[in-house]
Amino acid sequence: MWQDITLQDVLIVSTLMFFSGVYGFLTRRNLITMLMSVELMLNAVNINFVAFNYFLHPENMHGMFFALFVVVIAAAEASVAIAIIIGIYRRFKSINIEDVSNMKY
Amino acid sequence: MMSITFHQAVFYFFSAIIVIFSILTVTSKRILRAATFLLFVLLGTAAFYFILNYAFMGALQITLYAGGIVVLIIFSILLTSHVGERFEPIGWGKMIASALVSLIGAGFTLYVLLNADFIPTQAPLPDASVKNIGTALLSYERNGFVLPFEVVSLLLLAAIVGAIVIARKEPHDTENPNNE
Amino acid sequence: MNAFEYTFLIPFVPLLGFLIIIFNFNRFPKKLTAVLATGFIGFTFVVSIYTAWQYFFQMGPVNGVYPKFIGFDFEWLKLGDHLSVHMGTLIDQASVMMLIVVTTVSLMVHIYSIGYMHDDRGFNRFFAFLQLFSFSMLSLVMATNVFQIYIFWELVGVSSFLLIGFYYEKPSAVAASKKAFIVTRFADLFFLLGILLLSFHVGTFDFISLTNPENFESFNLSGYALFGLSIPALALILIFIGGAGKSAMFPLHIWLPDAMEGPSPVSALIHAATMVVAGVYLVARLFANYALMAPEALALVGYVGAFTSLFAAVIAVTQIDFKRVLAFSTISQIGYMMAGLGVSHYGGEEGLGYMASMFHLFTHAMFKALLFLGAGAVIHAVHTNSIREMGGLRKYMKTTHITFLIATLAIAGFPGLSGFFSKDEIITAAYQSNPLVYYALLVVAGLTAFYMFRLYFLVFWNTEPHYHLKPHDPGKAMLIPLIILALLSILTGYIPFGQFISSDGQPLHTHLHLDMAVISTLVSFTGIALAWMLYKKPSDMPQRLIASASTLYRWAYNKFYIDEVYLFVTRNIIFAYISRPIAWFDRHIVDGTMNAIGWVTVTTSHKIKGLQSGQLQKYAFAFVSAVLVISALLVYYLLNN
Repeated sequence: MWQDITLQDVLIVSTLMFFSGVYGFLTRRNLITMLMSVELMLNAVNINFVAFNYFLHPENMHGMFFALFVVVIAAAEASVAIAIIIGIYRRFKSINIEDVSNMKY
Repeated sequence: MMSITFHQAVFYFFSAIIVIFSILTVTSKRILRAATFLLFVLLGTAAFYFILNYAFMGALQITLYAGGIVVLIIFSILLTSHVGERFEPIGWGKMIASALVSLIGAGFTLYVLLNADFIPTQAPLPDASVKNIGTALLSYERNGFVLPFEVVSLLLLAAIVGAIVIARKEPHDTENPNNE
Repeated sequence: MNAFEYTFLIPFVPLLGFLIIIFNFNRFPKKLTAVLATGFIGFTFVVSIYTAWQYFFQMGPVNGVYPKFIGFDFEWLKLGDHLSVHMGTLIDQASVMMLIVVTTVSLMVHIYSIGYMHDDRGFNRFFAFLQLFSFSMLSLVMATNVFQIYIFWELVGVSSFLLIGFYYEKPSAVAASKKAFIVTRFADLFFLLGILLLSFHVGTFDFISLTNPENFESFNLSGYALFGLSIPALALILIFIGGAGKSAMFPLHIWLPDAMEGPSPVSALIHAATMVVAGVYLVARLFANYALMAPEALALVGYVGAFTSLFAAVIAVTQIDFKRVLAFSTISQIGYMMAGLGVSHYGGEEGLGYMASMFHLFTHAMFKALLFLGAGAVIHAVHTNSIREMGGLRKYMKTTHITFLIATLAIAGFPGLSGFFSKDEIITAAYQSNPLVYYALLVVAGLTAFYMFRLYFLVFWNTEPHYHLKPHDPGKAMLIPLIILALLSILTGYIPFGQFISSDGQPLHTHLHLDMAVISTLVSFTGIALAWMLYKKPSDMPQRLIASASTLYRWAYNKFYIDEVYLFVTRNIIFAYISRPIAWFDRHIVDGTMNAIGWVTVTTSHKIKGLQSGQLQKYAFAFVSAVLVISALLVYYLLNN
């Protein structure tokens, strides 16, 4: 089934999704929206894993498990990132990335 | 004109949702809308998993991402921003540079992708039932994943503790928020 | 292996004492320090006496020759399969004799210092340094090899430096300690060169095999020579320069008079009795090599010794600082010993000079220590070093007076006292081999008697200045060493020294040479009588004599301007033409290079620090762009291969 969809089709979608994430990460100034961009990129990668697994090496579902662990780790990352964002907000009264530039020369 | 099968129609529909809402997520001027668009993208991704016959993965995507992370993001938005707050416009230079880099990257990746020869497998499709996945997760034999499973459980515990520690309000911080 | 294993205690115990005191010198009460230090050195003294008794009387000569023992030995530094440096204790005639000298004088000085240093803040520090010195000196005399002797040679130099500069608040003391250190260190450089040259050709550091004449055949001594000297002569002359630095031979004598800035007990111990004779001891150690391998080097030793002796005696006549007179006297007497070695030959009756020199070393240690301790007592009582401000002290300091008189008679060679016997032997040895040295030594004998009695009369007789406080004899702790040393100054002359010390280990039968004795006695009586006439009662005769020989007097009074020559050479020649260009090079070229490197780094950092903007998105932009470029390159590469 689904023989009428090719791997390339899925990969094109994930590529577009990934680079929207890159664009958001480079342009957004709000830390939360930057985090959202990161989530977009993660999801694009996950789709790739699952698609490669499905179309190329379905035997042991390695790609799916990989994606599964990525999802779990992404959840952990999101919780810590939001904790950091709230900490930054409390400290600087802002979550604008340009205000958080203490780590410079 | 090529005829389009039902499957392809469904696939293209969700593809369109994902691509459009991805772009909207990163360009929307209102933060809460961006979060909503992100939710649509995540749901579209879940639909992809269903289309590819990985039901468990799709369910996980919906519960964890759509149900968990997006809610978390919305909570934090509500904590730190006014609803309906609009972003200041981005500088043209920065926008163009970023768009250029993203477009070149996308174009380059697509170029590589479309020129690659992927050999589709003839192997039978896996049985992605919840039972199989659960067995594989706790199996310590070949193709078992018990070690990463346990490691990830530790990571989650550390993330919970870490998040609490970082976000906890320290009593003296409130008086002097900007002490160097 | 042997019966002398326990001799490691002799240096070890003072080392222990040094460590205990130096780590507690703020904590220990003075009494505890005094008891500890004196107890340790007393123990060492007893062990040394026992060693001497065992060596000379219990064992005695084997087949008519005194054997040499390695009492204790361990490998200290392994430099390779064939080369290692050992530390140990060598027991032979000379080292056992020196053990007795060092421990006796050291013990006396320790006891004396309890009284002398009683009110000094640095009491504990002083005793710690005394212990350090005793340790170093004892290890030096018992050294089993050239390297060990060199190491402890430097260590006694350090102790001497520390003790000369003991009153470090006084700029003159600091200058004197630096001078002593630099001059002796300069000489030690030659010593080290000599050691390296000698051991390179001989192939051993060890004294026993180095000085055994039977081995001389096997030494590889061929090789080019410098200044027309053979290799052993050159090496031994270099070693002698080291010894000359330590023993204050001309022209390296300039540090010793200044070293009198240290406390008087230090002058007695280090700068009269023990350390300054280390040079004599060193030449005696290698005497077989000097006498058999390089007679020309030994002759040099003799001439330098005789000249220094005469030179220092002339200066001593004119000095007015109490301790400086004694310092020049010490230089003169060490010159005597060197001359005694220089005129000696190896073995048998011909080795009289060697034995006489050791004998004189022994007796000189006793009476010169006594003189310095007596000087300390006098200075303690009248609070000045200038003999012009002293006089008539015999009435106030009876015991000090008597003991000082005994020592003065002994050094003047008065018949029946120790100095008479040892000096007589040296003069006899010189008469038998070298008339030039003989006449020089005879003149020195007369001069010695004269300047010592000049000192004696000026201090204890002559006019009595007005003393603010009435001078009095010091306390018991200071008097007892004076009395013991006075007894030793009388009695040591009667030791049949040839029975114990000789150049080749065979006992030497000596007898008084009556003709020599008469001549030298006459000479010293002349000196004493002259001093009596000039200085016993106040008179204007000395002034008139000075006026009649004013140029000579002025030169001698200014120590023949040797110090000024040194100053000229160092300041106007070495500093101006060598040190200053080097300093310029260092400051501008070496430092300049370093500064330039630093400047370039700092400037570059300032220019590029803007890259570290702290703006996360700029970093991300750079990162993404770089990843794209690298991927593009990679793909291009893969497609083309």
